[in-house]
Amino acid sequence: MQVSDSAARVLSGLLEARTGQQLTADRMWRIGTALSGLLRDHGLASVDELALRLIEPDCGNLANAAVDALLNNETYFFRDRNMFDVLAQTVLPEIASQARRKRHLRIWSVGCSTGQEAISLAMLLSEQRGKWAGWSIEIVASDVSHHVIETARKGIYPQFQVQRGLSVLQMINHFEERPEGWQAEKALLRQIRYEVHNVLDPREDARAFDLVLCRNVLLYFGQENRARAFDRLADAMNPGGWLMLGGGESAAGLSDRLVADDAATGLYRKSDEAGSARDNVVPARRAG
Amino acid sequence: MKTCLIVDDSRVIRKVSRHMLESMGFAVDEAGDGQEGLARCEQAMPDVILLDWNMPVMSGIEFLEALRRHPAGAAPKVVFCTTENDVGHIRAAVAAGADEYVMKPFDQETLQIKLQIVGAA
Ligand SMILES: C[S@@+](CC[C@H](N)C(=O)[O-])C[C@H]1O[C@@H](n2cnc3c(N)ncnc32)[C@H](O)[C@@H]1O
Repeated sequence: MQVSDSAARVLSGLLEARTGQQLTADRMWRIGTALSGLLRDHGLASVDELALRLIEPDCGNLANAAVDALLNNETYFFRDRNMFDVLAQTVLPEIASQARRKRHLRIWSVGCSTGQEAISLAMLLSEQRGKWAGWSIEIVASDVSHHVIETARKGIYPQFQVQRGLSVLQMINHFEERPEGWQAEKALLRQIRYEVHNVLDPREDARAFDLVLCRNVLLYFGQENRARAFDRLADAMNPGGWLMLGGGESAAGLSDRLVADDAATGLYRKSDEAGSARDNVVPARRAG
Repeated sequence: MKTCLIVDDSRVIRKVSRHMLESMGFAVDEAGDGQEGLARCEQAMPDVILLDWNMPVMSGIEFLEALRRHPAGAAPKVVFCTTENDVGHIRAAVAAGADEYVMKPFDQETLQIKLQIVGAA
């Protein structure tokens, strides 16, 4: 499908303003395919016609739907199993010993899409049940897209997705087969709080998370927004808290508050010094 | 090189699965039903068996039960690959000694993850 430059500019402008994501040239060719369903649903003949509608004032719902259609929501359970092994064997045991007095564990799954990452975390914790007995556990899972959060809240996955990444025992022990699909167990879903939230926006609960997962979310952000996102993540983390990025992602050069950890690539810790130094700094010149 | 035996009566499925497995670096052998599969295992136990459910002569579940009774039959990792997609069949397969279960249709990535889970990839 032909997409004019001006239509492409409208759409990439909208996407970046709403999510921080850029439509780089290598993703541009997919616009037509990504939007074809939306065009059909709204009786629009072309992407150009959609762009014209999007610059009208009250186009709210259409704009939301266009942003949703342009986002890549690809995810699956236990994506990169070795990363989850690092969480299970290194990160979670360390948190358990450090925070054993407060017995409160808070995890944030950022850009959670339809919830597979959050459910994987809940499963991992239930597999380590002994370690977490008596703890209060909360997994906050957020995404900028309303659409995926609505789907995630239902906790029902089609057959193709439920077996992607799960072992057969995880599947039959934690999911129930229903006519609509495979329903995740209530005990897992109860631990997860789904939210619509843009990672570039500040959260109210600062310094609240022991562990943050932000995987395969910042890939298409420009440098400036990526740095801003890391700042937001650091704000939300406890001093000494952990951040796990996706395979091949890095915060190098974008944040002095996050320090790479040796246990795995893509694993970071919030450095206490840098964080508190920034918070407590007195602007020297204006101080007198 | 790890070896995989595909036991499936559909030539098309065997061809597609063989293609996926070879691209993951497996040496692949094929059998058209359970009995033929057992004969292959008598000759040499493969590392992994991809197993269909409904087949003429001997079904997948009969094959699996017979395999697990064989003195060397505990070794192969058995992954059911079938259109029997309900939880009853899945539980029966696990009870009979299946290590993993893939519901058709599936893609290469799903198969690869399953093979990782059983420690074969
Ligand atoms: C490719 S998925 C990755 C899902 C999961 N984290 C994983 O690794 O499998 C990326 C998700 O990030 C979400 N996303 C994109 N920009 C975002 C933003 N600014 N704030 C929050 N979520 C965002 C998308 O809607 C999408 O669901």
